[in-house]
Amino acid sequence: MELVSTATTVAEPVVRDPEDAKRRTKVGLLLLLVSGLLFYFWTSIDNAEVSYLLGDRTAGAEPGTLPARPVTLGCAVVVLVIALAVASGVLRRGVGNVLAMIVAGFAFILGFIVWAYSDQEAAFQAVITNPLPGTFAIATPLILGALAGCLCERAGVINVAIEGQFLAGAFFASVVASLTYSAGAGLLGGIAAGVGIAAMLALFAIRYLVNQVVLGVVLVVFASGLTAFLLDQVPDDPAVKQYLNDPPTLNDIAIPVLSDIPVIGEAMFNQTILVYLMYASVAVVTFIMFETRWGLRVRAVGEHPKAADTVGINVKRTRWQAVLFGGVFAGLGGAYFTIGSTGSFDKGASSGNGFIALAAVIMGRWHPIWATLAALFFGFVSSLQDQLKLVSKIPSELLTMTPYIATVVAVAGFVGRVRPPAADGEPYVPS
Amino acid sequence: MQLEINGLTKRFGSFTANDRIDLTVATGEIHCLLGENGAGKSTLMNMLYGLLRPDEGEVLLDGEPVTFHSPGDAIAAGIGMVHQHFMLVPVFTVAENVMLGREQTRGLGVLDRAQAASLVKELSEKYKLAVDPDAVVEDLPVGVQQRVEIIKALANDARILILDEPTAVLTPQEIDELMAIMSSLRDSGTSIVFITHKLREVKAIGDKISVVRRGKVVATTEPTASEAELAELMVGRSVKLTVDKGAVEQGPVVLDVQHLTVIDHRGATVVKDVSFDVHAGEIVAIAGVQGNGQTELIKSLLGLIRPAAGDILLDGRSISRYATRESLDAGIGYIPEDRSHDGYVGPFSVRENLVLDRYQDEEFSHGIGLKLGAISAHAKELVAEFDIRTQSIDSPVSALSGGNQQKVVVARELSRPLKVLIASQPTRGVDVGSIEFIHQRIVAERDRGTAVVIVSTELDEVFGLADRIAVMYAGRIVDIVSPTIHRNDIGCLMAGVDPETQRQETTNA
Amino acid sequence: MPDGPAPPGKADRDSAAEPTPPPSAPSGVPAEAQGAGRFAAYLPSIKVTAASILLALVIGALLIVVSDRRVVESFGYFFSYPWDALRNSGAAIAESYTALVTGSVGSWSAITATLERAAPLICGGLAVALAFRCGLFNIGAQGQLVIGAICAAYVGFHYDLPPVVHVIAALLAGLAGGAVWGGIVGLLKARTGAHEVITTIMLNYIALSILTWLLTKEAFQQPGSNNPRSEKVADTATFPELFGVHSGIVLAVAAALGVWWLLERSTVGFEMRAVGANPDASRTAGMSVANVYTIAMVVAGLLAGLAGTQQVLGHEDSLTANFGGTIGFDAITVALLGRATPLGTVLAGLLFGALSVGGTAMQASAATPLALTQVLQALIVLFVAAPALVRGVFRMRSARDGGTVLASGWNS
Repeated sequence: MELVSTATTVAEPVVRDPEDAKRRTKVGLLLLLVSGLLFYFWTSIDNAEVSYLLGDRTAGAEPGTLPARPVTLGCAVVVLVIALAVASGVLRRGVGNVLAMIVAGFAFILGFIVWAYSDQEAAFQAVITNPLPGTFAIATPLILGALAGCLCERAGVINVAIEGQFLAGAFFASVVASLTYSAGAGLLGGIAAGVGIAAMLALFAIRYLVNQVVLGVVLVVFASGLTAFLLDQVPDDPAVKQYLNDPPTLNDIAIPVLSDIPVIGEAMFNQTILVYLMYASVAVVTFIMFETRWGLRVRAVGEHPKAADTVGINVKRTRWQAVLFGGVFAGLGGAYFTIGSTGSFDKGASSGNGFIALAAVIMGRWHPIWATLAALFFGFVSSLQDQLKLVSKIPSELLTMTPYIATVVAVAGFVGRVRPPAADGEPYVPS
Repeated sequence: MQLEINGLTKRFGSFTANDRIDLTVATGEIHCLLGENGAGKSTLMNMLYGLLRPDEGEVLLDGEPVTFHSPGDAIAAGIGMVHQHFMLVPVFTVAENVMLGREQTRGLGVLDRAQAASLVKELSEKYKLAVDPDAVVEDLPVGVQQRVEIIKALANDARILILDEPTAVLTPQEIDELMAIMSSLRDSGTSIVFITHKLREVKAIGDKISVVRRGKVVATTEPTASEAELAELMVGRSVKLTVDKGAVEQGPVVLDVQHLTVIDHRGATVVKDVSFDVHAGEIVAIAGVQGNGQTELIKSLLGLIRPAAGDILLDGRSISRYATRESLDAGIGYIPEDRSHDGYVGPFSVRENLVLDRYQDEEFSHGIGLKLGAISAHAKELVAEFDIRTQSIDSPVSALSGGNQQKVVVARELSRPLKVLIASQPTRGVDVGSIEFIHQRIVAERDRGTAVVIVSTELDEVFGLADRIAVMYAGRIVDIVSPTIHRNDIGCLMAGVDPETQRQETTNA
Repeated sequence: MPDGPAPPGKADRDSAAEPTPPPSAPSGVPAEAQGAGRFAAYLPSIKVTAASILLALVIGALLIVVSDRRVVESFGYFFSYPWDALRNSGAAIAESYTALVTGSVGSWSAITATLERAAPLICGGLAVALAFRCGLFNIGAQGQLVIGAICAAYVGFHYDLPPVVHVIAALLAGLAGGAVWGGIVGLLKARTGAHEVITTIMLNYIALSILTWLLTKEAFQQPGSNNPRSEKVADTATFPELFGVHSGIVLAVAAALGVWWLLERSTVGFEMRAVGANPDASRTAGMSVANVYTIAMVVAGLLAGLAGTQQVLGHEDSLTANFGGTIGFDAITVALLGRATPLGTVLAGLLFGALSVGGTAMQASAATPLALTQVLQALIVLFVAAPALVRGVFRMRSARDGGTVLASGWNS
């Protein structure tokens, strides 16, 4: 053997990852900025106290008070410490880092709210209320829609049509509930409509191989046109209308003991059956997807359909099943917009929430639990902006956009590139 | 189990992929199916596995005619297949992949992962496969992934095992291990159909050899046939098995890589302190098993990945901070390892693909407008020069055969003046005629004074082309050797073993 | 190893005899001869499109029948007087569709209305189509056109400029506004990998919030009014009219030509198409995928901004909260029906413009809800995208499709 030259070195070179340094600088700077903002809040507050009320709203409880300046200062310092920890590299990737980010986020929100509620000029002093009931109200349909999205997309069928499923579900839930005068039957109507749109999605995506993003958009237009068309057929005559589009709504059911838990009890356990169905759905979908034979097959079909085919799994049938099953949840989510909240159906009742649910699916990286958290995040920010409209520090029209901006920041800053199921959107053509 | 195929035919439109194929595989026999890429071996096996429906002919198992409507039927009948492109779900664990399709459950469809894992463990121990049931497949080396495929087939009680080009991704050592596994399976009564285009392997392990050419079985022979005979049967003419390459005068150092380290997006150090240089008029081959840092090394030379440390000098100037555009403009030509992924744009025409990295040259554009006439003329010229078989220069490249697609990429890169040519797996999935042609062009480029870097996992290609061989293992260049080195020693280096110690161990044992 | 001493030339001739594998067609057809057959190549997809429209109209007719009270009543006594039910159905369908046609192309004023409606649809459609060709799914045309319109309107009513200069300045402001809003999406995608579907959806909402907020500001509101309606755009800044149509349609056609040139004849368009079809190969060929995404979204936003500008400087004369209607969303279906080509987008825009205008007339004269046209629109696109279904219904012989130009998957 003839050696021409040898390039073997034994010592392990210690090289720092430039990407990591870049990330640290970016996150550190962002946090520094946030901390600076909080310090500004601290300096700009005159009034010393802010009232809050987190418990039961009906019980006439006395609001508590928070000292505004120390709280904002504290928040600013917490964020500053985290910023320095990130920049100096003490905090690396991992659980600690995630926790620190969550703490920083809450510190910012707390500081911001206290600032917003301080120094109120109006005679009526608004009180900080518990944002959780609103959070769950807004997030419930989003979570149900996101579950539908997860099921479809894990099986390899892109579902942009959640909004269409919502609309159809909302409309038929209202009609069926009105006809039968039963909100429970309305839920079934909603489910049927959600599954109906899902069947169209499956038919055109799986059988006719239509581009699935295109298909989703078209189905949204279809559902919105169809529901608007049918709504126009409902006469304004109240005598007829009550049988078609004047449904009973679902009642709140308080769960004993649990609903008495301070702060979260009211929000989570004094809700309609739909919300409890949502909790169950998240658990059931997660369990089915990751612990059962069917779930394993669904994920296989979405990741590598040919591999699934070669072990004897019927790819198309499995995809059909997943899409239709997803339709159940999207239909339930749709029902929320009529019998779950306001009652009768209006044109475009779901007002784009289906797209937010889609965003939650992507933000949640196609995982039911993470998608649920993403939806809750959106619900939380929306609920906060709803109550901040009571104080006049920021124009309410601008506040409306905060949940959307928060989503963009979350996606651009923290989620970044995501990896969808490998065969998501690709029709399976056996060769 | 005995397998008999009578008059099996498959047509795609006017093209006959399999033309009245007859084949008999006896119980406990390793039957080699030898043929070029595109000869129709995979079509045949896909019919046998229920993935394709034959147009004519029948399949008999132990004398009983069978029809398969899906792979499920084939599996139930006792046929197992290890696909050339692994049929494994990358994000699943080994146990999940093995159980998929025949899941062990604890009732009500709830998965019993523990039982699946113990089955994997059992089979792994029985056949000495050394596979961890809880490892996630995408984290495993390809050699181990292949063993997962074998376990999958065994878990289904396969009595006829089809191995489709199993050695393409393995080191020489892993190939030896695979052959040992195949022998022990044969001895336990499993019939094996072994598909390959490598002559050395069929002679080493085959009991019978059937040669497939253009959809027909042209001969069934014994492994005693000479390699030249087999090659001629396979290609249909006499084939040159070596590359014509004269000695050439080495020029000065053109490409100088110094202590290069690359960290990938997951934060793993994939290239570790790599240094080598390439002279003008020299071919340096980087040998190694796939996934040992070659891809990242090459991508960093092109500015596709920014190296974390070290430097790359082209004619003495540092190019390590260059964008890809600048690297290409500085005179680096690149033939990527996966042409459909990185080499061409499928829906684009031949014409457009031939200027994919040159559309901004003055020759092909003025300002922001394209010179369509010049682009067409350029394409016609190259199509003639490189003998690219295409309907027209406006046909999409995705409609061409693998060899012609590769010629489009090669023609594009060689159509401009180069200082360095980097070719990764330049002949993967290409027919013999195109392989010869591409090899000649690469050698011609060297003779013109270009510094050439070849990355290859095929030892035949490495030995045929290289003036020097750099062996990569686990992100390092473990040695740079002359092509006079013995094949076994290269094999050791590729597996990260020092050939000297290996020799001592064998003598001691 | 035996040496096969074959000279290089021989090897080449030998491999020439090898058959080309299945996908490649028989060689030897000169490239020039194909040009003549180009129209023939489009024929199948033209047939499918026509059949799709027909099929959608049939389903629409069913909806009209079941929704017409007169018809439903006459079906109540179908078995005694079947003719009544059929005649009434026929009458209802004829009435609605006649209104649809006359309302869209039956008179000069109808045609002008169709063209005015089609212009922003075409521009919005181009915004979606261009992004599509670059592998981006631009759901954000709505937001981009809102921001464009805000900028154009502001320049239109706030500044006093000489006639021609004013309209050009307002137009440019509108283009710039849209471009910035689209560019944000491109930048976020390029720099952070944020998925454009999410960011465009969110930016739509944000743009709408900005609009409603501005309409509460005195600087925007009409003097002496508290209505959410902006000041009127100065006459000097409105689009000139040609034959009773504001010149937006001319701009739309010009934009389509521009997009065609950009995609097919320019280096930037070459990059966009390459990145759209295979980003990895494009990166390997030295293109900056990040820059290409950004440029594509800037141009797409610019086109959507043009759509918004047409609405405020041509169709209407001031901003309102819902001046944009659902143009940005309809634009997606326009682009899809037009297979993301400029010519197709123009034709699809005209068709949907006519449907929309005719639908309003239909609602007025035949009392068939406008929403029907939305259903028709969706069905047409759906059927065009599923040629196999349409062929099955009409028993057409299967031909090779033009193929959808759109990428699959999220990763596109």
